[in-house]
Amino acid sequence: MAALAPALSAGFADPVHDAQRAFAALMRAMAEPARLVPLASALAPPAPLSPEMAAAALALLDYETPVYLDATLAAVPDVAAFLRFHTGAPLVTDPAAARFALMGDGAGLPDFARFAQGEPDYPDRSATLIVQVARMDEQSEGALVLEGPGIKGRRTFSAAPLPADFGRRLAANRALYPLGIDLILCAPGLVAGLPRTLAPHTQD
Amino acid sequence: MTALARTASGMPAITYNFAYLDEQTKRMIRRAILKAIAIPGYQVPFASREMPMPYGWGTGGVQVTAAILGANDVLKVIDQGSDDTTNAVAIRSFFETTAGVATTTRTRDATIIQTRHRIPEAPLRAGQVIVYQVPIPEPLRFLEPRETETRRLHALSDYGLMQVKLYEDIARHGHIATTYAYPVKVAGRYVMDPSPIPKFDNPKMDDSPALQLFGAGREKRIYAIPPYTRVVSLDFEDHPFAVQAFAEPCALCGAKGVYLDEVILDDKGGRMFVCSDTDHCATRQAEGHTGSMSAPYGEGQP
Repeated sequence: MAALAPALSAGFADPVHDAQRAFAALMRAMAEPARLVPLASALAPPAPLSPEMAAAALALLDYETPVYLDATLAAVPDVAAFLRFHTGAPLVTDPAAARFALMGDGAGLPDFARFAQGEPDYPDRSATLIVQVARMDEQSEGALVLEGPGIKGRRTFSAAPLPADFGRRLAANRALYPLGIDLILCAPGLVAGLPRTLAPHTQD
Repeated sequence: MTALARTASGMPAITYNFAYLDEQTKRMIRRAILKAIAIPGYQVPFASREMPMPYGWGTGGVQVTAAILGANDVLKVIDQGSDDTTNAVAIRSFFETTAGVATTTRTRDATIIQTRHRIPEAPLRAGQVIVYQVPIPEPLRFLEPRETETRRLHALSDYGLMQVKLYEDIARHGHIATTYAYPVKVAGRYVMDPSPIPKFDNPKMDDSPALQLFGAGREKRIYAIPPYTRVVSLDFEDHPFAVQAFAEPCALCGAKGVYLDEVILDDKGGRMFVCSDTDHCATRQAEGHTGSMSAPYGEGQP
């Protein structure tokens, strides 16, 4: 007898309210950039997809949202199967065609310019990158000092692993405003939003 | 499976998905809200649905509220500041029926406030979300009817038309005569229609701790102002923006520095001015504040 196909991980236990809770955390994260917003996820998605990123994906993706997976996530067929089954989102290999990009490897973030930046008449037609990191905190060596709408004064933010030039990339993204990509970072139990309005403040 | 709930006549009771909208619609609106927050003041197009109420009655605000509402939220709905007018009562009962959420009239107890044409007098706090019902989201629409052109003007940040309109007000009336839907610039970039709130409320939008979301159902647009965002009312150096001032305090609670409604009392010129924000007025009256036309103590009390 052939081996049974591996069981597909379950989606939200309560699709309506679990999706709403995940979205509420994401909305709070985008409205108050660089703030660590708690997101409890009971999902057990196939590794390396984290429970937090899976919750964000299930809350936001459907057949209208082409999704790009980075090499880390694309290497595991179970991740694609999980996303296809639960969201129905088309998976694309061209980053420029994606509305959402799921990034399993924060350190290996590709150049933001490879993703849709929006159009001058429709700046909302830009990609949202959802990035997994191992940790995030608000006080740390080498933390970014950020300012922008949603932040009263300034806020320090640090996450790892991320590219060494992450601050410069955020500044370059901000320079394109109102075009540019938006970032959502996921760490265990937490999400944080880094929308395009954020300006890294250079230390003086 | 639980048995279907049945009405008194034995028909299966009508049940709705939580907050009426289906989940795909909510996801579509939620994605639009996230982009709207990321681009403050920019109008994000969305696939507005038919709602069980006519356009002009808050279908945009209702869709935004339905998309963000959670089971633990406490909802307040106001219409021109009032909790007890038709539109407010209808929308409140709509969400009581379809979502079973708690509702309140107290500004400070609410987590989500849906509003038509006012911002409550009580200061909003961090964590609250205020959802505005918007009839015409495009501030340039009456100056330039073509959507392709207004999009281009926003893209180029070319708001000269709006300055000319305000200037023509001054040329004609000696002052800026726009008193509601007074245009604002959000985060230094997009000029935005704050919905037809009186310009009295414009300063409350600036640096507000609450998240502000705007939904226009017929025009199919969602836009947003994140908390702590600069919102500047357009003006000129020699004609600075100023809000309305009222000569007398509220006739029922004696409040000063609040927005008042004029109530005609008879056909002989009798009138009174009362708080437009009914919750604010009732709270003050409960605290013992009285105005010039308050009922004498004890009268009308049960």
